[in-house]
Amino acid sequence: MDSFNNLMGGFAHALSFANLGWAILGCFLGTAIGVLPGIGPALTIALLLPITYQVSATGAFILFCGVFYGAMYGGSTTSILLNTPGESGSIITSLEGAKMAKSGRAGPALATAAIGSFFAGTIGTLGITFLGPVIVEYALRLGPAEYFCLMVLCFVTVSAVLGGSALRGLTSLAFGLMLGLVGIDLQSGQPRLTFGVTEVLDGVNVVLVAVGLFAVGETLYLAWRHVVGEQVIQPVGSIMLSKADWKRSFWPWMRGAGLGFPFGVLPAGGTEMPTMLSYYAERKLVKPEFAHEFGTTGAIEGVAGPEAANNAAAAGVLVPMLTLGLPTSATAAIMLSAFQSYGIQPGPMLFVQQADLVWTLIASLFIANVMLVVLNLPLVGLWVQILKVPTPQLYAGILVFATIGTYGISNSVTDLVLLYGIGIIAMFMRRFDFPTAPVVIGMILGPMAEQAMRQALVISQGDWTTFLTRPASATLLAIAVLALVGPRIWGLVRR
Amino acid sequence: MTLRPSARADLGAAVFVLGLGILAMWQAMVVPASPLYGQVGPSFVPYLVAVLMLALGVGLCLAALRGGWSHTLEDMQNPAPTNWRALGLLFAGLLANLALIEWLGFVIAATAQFVLVAAAFGSRRPLRDLLIGAAVCIAAFMMFDRLLGVNIGAGILEGVL
Repeated sequence: MDSFNNLMGGFAHALSFANLGWAILGCFLGTAIGVLPGIGPALTIALLLPITYQVSATGAFILFCGVFYGAMYGGSTTSILLNTPGESGSIITSLEGAKMAKSGRAGPALATAAIGSFFAGTIGTLGITFLGPVIVEYALRLGPAEYFCLMVLCFVTVSAVLGGSALRGLTSLAFGLMLGLVGIDLQSGQPRLTFGVTEVLDGVNVVLVAVGLFAVGETLYLAWRHVVGEQVIQPVGSIMLSKADWKRSFWPWMRGAGLGFPFGVLPAGGTEMPTMLSYYAERKLVKPEFAHEFGTTGAIEGVAGPEAANNAAAAGVLVPMLTLGLPTSATAAIMLSAFQSYGIQPGPMLFVQQADLVWTLIASLFIANVMLVVLNLPLVGLWVQILKVPTPQLYAGILVFATIGTYGISNSVTDLVLLYGIGIIAMFMRRFDFPTAPVVIGMILGPMAEQAMRQALVISQGDWTTFLTRPASATLLAIAVLALVGPRIWGLVRR
Repeated sequence: MTLRPSARADLGAAVFVLGLGILAMWQAMVVPASPLYGQVGPSFVPYLVAVLMLALGVGLCLAALRGGWSHTLEDMQNPAPTNWRALGLLFAGLLANLALIEWLGFVIAATAQFVLVAAAFGSRRPLRDLLIGAAVCIAAFMMFDRLLGVNIGAGILEGVL
């Protein structure tokens, strides 16, 4: 009942006028950027980081989480009406959603996406509420050696297990680790990887990297093969779900939530995997009389399941972020750097030292879900208007904000040059299919892992076997090795 | 041995990764020895990352020589030709921003960038873009500089606002 009491305390804080304001602003902004192709939650939160100088930690995190959840809702609108996913979690939604829209059922597709997101988001947030404290209890017993191994596992899963190729994922991660090393080493005071440039002695700013990867890189990549063309936005029509639609959506929602949440919690991160699994599951489980709708007129099950899965996974990602300080997605990594800019040490002590902040945040996630379903259904016309922002002005605008986000850090042209350099690298990364999220995760988590490793070795007096002789850390390392080489060996065996 | 064009491009990317590894190795070697005694010095992790990067570079080179991976990518099936006009205008926009921002301030530099980027993506009405761009930049400046206290530099227009 402890969690329940804490949560009620959280609601008391979250329902204050100011915090409700932050939540509604976050939800609104999140939905808008989710709807717009080309801007995702990671970029938006990176650009909003300056508010950490002005606003209390609670307000800022409520805003960030509103953006994070809102983007999940907004992304589906673009997938369904425009057939181009607004963000990576809604790629699968566009498969059936766009087909439903083409056959005049855009309204029900949007409705099942929004209501499914609400159910799944609420189930996921309940998961955070009750799973979080349990994980924290275990996590408090972990020493630096275990932490280091946990981070190694996280590195492996985010870069090598998901995505097209382990080789390319790990390369992205190594690039991120390199960026994270730039600057003065805090323990010895020595400059590292600075190439003699004094401007980077303080390290490369994470906002700069995120903006370079997600805004400049994306824009350059689009311009590279740009073809002028008009996009067709399908009309929405009535958003009412018929009784049959409710019946057909309900179990896909529940299954999607059940698939999505655990995937989010595992240090594998990402919403692509659970949405894909949910899609295939629904395709298999669909009643025979509706099976023909898959891939033809669009089946509502194929929208309901993946949309629920992506929201539940988004909630799940917050579990390792809040309880262990482990970011498993680019967005979570940037939120983690916001904790650092408040001087708050992320990790299991967060639930102990910042209990008020954590519980207010969790309560506001429940509130955000309610706000979002209200914002998304009746206001769908507004989001359709946002979809109509023409591409030239949209990308021109994105680069204006990219300039602010970067130049605002230090007013240095060096930073802008660095930004464009990273943007060009990101353009080629897109072209050659190197994932970008591991860069951000490696950059944030790398220095934390190094610190944990050095602490562990100080405790063990330089004995490297400390990582292997402690049962928990040995197990974590074994899982990491298995995750890295397991799929290959499996492939060889099957051949 | 002949490589298909896409594999040659892949080899280029792989060599770039190798190059990054060499840079990382060089930078790891020039980390000054720490005067403080520690179990793990400041150059250990840089060496580790450099070795990892070099190993990955070698792996990618081998993958490229065995046919590469680009031809399997969805985006690379019948890709549109490189749009030099769009890329050129976009880079012109970025350079304009770089050149002007210290001299004339954020609003003018970013507006110039806005017009060029919009043109890169096919907008044919530069005057209208100029007005939209100026409005967006001034609104963004007010929001970030005045409301959030982010100092985006002072220029001619910023002094007046």
